[in-house]
Amino acid sequence: MRKLVTAFAVAVFGFLASPAIADIYVIDTKGAHASINFRASHLGFSWLTGRFDTFSGTFEYNEANPAESKVSVEIDVASLNSNHAERDNHLRSDDFFNASAHPKATFVSKSIKLTGQKTAIITGDLTIRGVTKTVDIEASHVGGGEDPWGGFRQGFTGTATITPSDFGMPNPIAQNPVDLVLEVEGIRQ
Amino acid sequence: MPLMNSTSSYGLVSRLLHWGMAVAIVAMFALGFWMVGLDYYNPYYKSAPDLHRSVGIVLLILLAFRFVWRLVNPDPDRSALARLERRSAEIAHWGFYPVLLALMASGYLISTADGRAIDVFGLFQVPALFKQPGLERIAGSVHEILAYLTMLLAALHGLAAIKHHIVDRDPTLLKMLRSVPSSQS
Ligand code: HEM
Ligand code: HEM
Repeated sequence: MRKLVTAFAVAVFGFLASPAIADIYVIDTKGAHASINFRASHLGFSWLTGRFDTFSGTFEYNEANPAESKVSVEIDVASLNSNHAERDNHLRSDDFFNASAHPKATFVSKSIKLTGQKTAIITGDLTIRGVTKTVDIEASHVGGGEDPWGGFRQGFTGTATITPSDFGMPNPIAQNPVDLVLEVEGIRQ
Repeated sequence: MPLMNSTSSYGLVSRLLHWGMAVAIVAMFALGFWMVGLDYYNPYYKSAPDLHRSVGIVLLILLAFRFVWRLVNPDPDRSALARLERRSAEIAHWGFYPVLLALMASGYLISTADGRAIDVFGLFQVPALFKQPGLERIAGSVHEILAYLTMLLAALHGLAAIKHHIVDRDPTLLKMLRSVPSSQS
């Protein structure tokens, strides 16, 4: 009985306390201290890299209990940039992203599993072309603290691997896996 | 074989330009339409766009020359035609120039939006004048719409020419086919 009461008290306390501890951060896309990059194999000979220039997002970071953190990001698909205009148009076309019909891609975290002092697996829903798949991001905390301009920041880095054809991209090369490399810094609100 | 146009027919230069470009433009439409659907592993995946850009730039140069040629040459006499036919012929003929110019310019802007030059048959390069990342999106849509518009205009124009030949039995098409129309068939 005592155990139960304690557990209940802890649960209530945790419930009341956690929102107070979890701070909300806005991803610093304005100052461009965040980027969503991708890396795809070119015929197995080399790596092609590119990025999405426009996106926005927020995360809740719970310093005391990082597993309670949350992140959500919205990407402007047409802002895709592989430093080659014709290729970018092709990637925007129905062969790949179908950006005119599905202008946004989103990621919303569902659960976070700590794997070390600074590392975690963020599992969430990634939606591209209107198709939602569960994706694991291997994330690690890079650093955090006060910035020189009166703000407070936290930064993370992460990688994930997806197969674009899972999201309905019909081009045969979409069957090859693509690595996502995510650099995220947020400013506490 | 007069090179210049006369008031009764088009000269050799105009005829070569007209038919050469007409064939090339229709072929470019087919090539463009086909190439954007090519599979990545298709052997023509690289060479088809290379050909499309190269021919496109050649056509742009020819268009400029043709426009000047048109201005310095007499326009064959169309006074025998009905007013409406004359007006629509003039609109179609003059309309081709801005539409084709915009079509080719939008194609140029797709390829050069990232600052890359356009290589023309490996012979020379056309530099990127306006590096503007992201411009390829709007340029690509404009290019596609204008390509269809060009085909529509060409179809109407070609049908009109055939109608003159078969229905009206006037020398309109012959003016574009041979130098001096046989004293009216
Ligand atoms: C006679 C002139 C031309 C015609 C009829 C033509 C026609 C076409 C057509 C039908 C397409 C396919 C559009 C689609 O379905 O998305 C296309 C695509 C394309 N054209 Fe042209 N084109 C012409 C000139 C040019 C020129 C001058 C250039 C560049 C120098 C060019 C560059 C391109 C490129 C790069 C594409 C790929 C579309 C993209 O990446 O968005 N074209 N063209
Ligand atoms: C993309 C295809 C075509 C283009 C861009 C085109 C463009 C032009 C232009 C601009 C002219 C005015 C003369 C000049 O400025 O050179 C002209 C005249 C003419 N075209 Fe075409 N044309 C095309 C296809 C055709 C076809 C398929 C036919 C026949 C079936 C045709 C028959 C004629 C005739 C008969 C004239 C002379 C009309 C007159 O002077 O009254 N054209 N064309």
